[in-house]
Amino acid sequence: MAADVLLRKTFEVHGLDFDKAGDTSAEIKAILTDIGMDPDIIMRAGVVTFEAEMNVVMYAVRATVTFTLTEEALSIEVVDEGPGIPDLALAMQEGYSTASDEMREMGFGYGMGLPNIRKTSDQFALESEVGRGTRVFAMIRMDANE
Amino acid sequence: MNEPRAVSMTLAAIRDVLDCDVLTGGDLPDIEVTDIVASDGMSAVLSALCRRALLLTGLANIQSVRTAHVADLAGIVYVRGVRPSDKTIEFARQKKLVLLATTLGMFDCCGILRDRGLRGSI
Repeated sequence: MAADVLLRKTFEVHGLDFDKAGDTSAEIKAILTDIGMDPDIIMRAGVVTFEAEMNVVMYAVRATVTFTLTEEALSIEVVDEGPGIPDLALAMQEGYSTASDEMREMGFGYGMGLPNIRKTSDQFALESEVGRGTRVFAMIRMDANE
Repeated sequence: MNEPRAVSMTLAAIRDVLDCDVLTGGDLPDIEVTDIVASDGMSAVLSALCRRALLLTGLANIQSVRTAHVADLAGIVYVRGVRPSDKTIEFARQKKLVLLATTLGMFDCCGILRDRGLRGSI
């Protein structure tokens, strides 16, 4: 049986909106801080969401970021409308990137975003369809730091 | 090569040894730092997963502050004379994040802090 959902919230992120890139992760961090979540879990949730947001801003048209909290885990699902990823294995390779110079000037686009999300989460899934978009799912278990 | 001892320095001591200006103003919080993350690539910083580390970077845009905030870092030292915009400094104040700035280069900053026993976390 699925665990009871304590909190679910969906945010919208828009492509090329570099000014607001990071607002969603900051809001999720604030929510988790307010409810007294373990600081390590807050940091991991922030890192996962921020990397996912930057990917949307850099590559997609728009996306929804859905944050779900249960007693057992916290999950972040990002579903974007965008160009999709032709080669998922290559995209997961650290250092591989199709970023522009402008993106690198923002401090991102060094081919570490998706690997960072996988490394920082306890469960990770990546699906993509070229010409339609990409779905990233990351889950962090509440007992991961015990 | 011997690893440096894990010692800590206060932000005030780091300000002094790196000859920093305090961009966010006011008294420095009494925060002890043991770990340093030094990079202009924010994903490299995020991958360190080292809460309360101090970030050394030459990237002065707002993403440096956002990165330090979500990664729960102790603060940022901007190196080689770069300065963030007033808007970025104000954003850091809102997030209660300390911003320091030095004219020293990244290599020298890292060397000075490593000589005093701080550890690198990337």
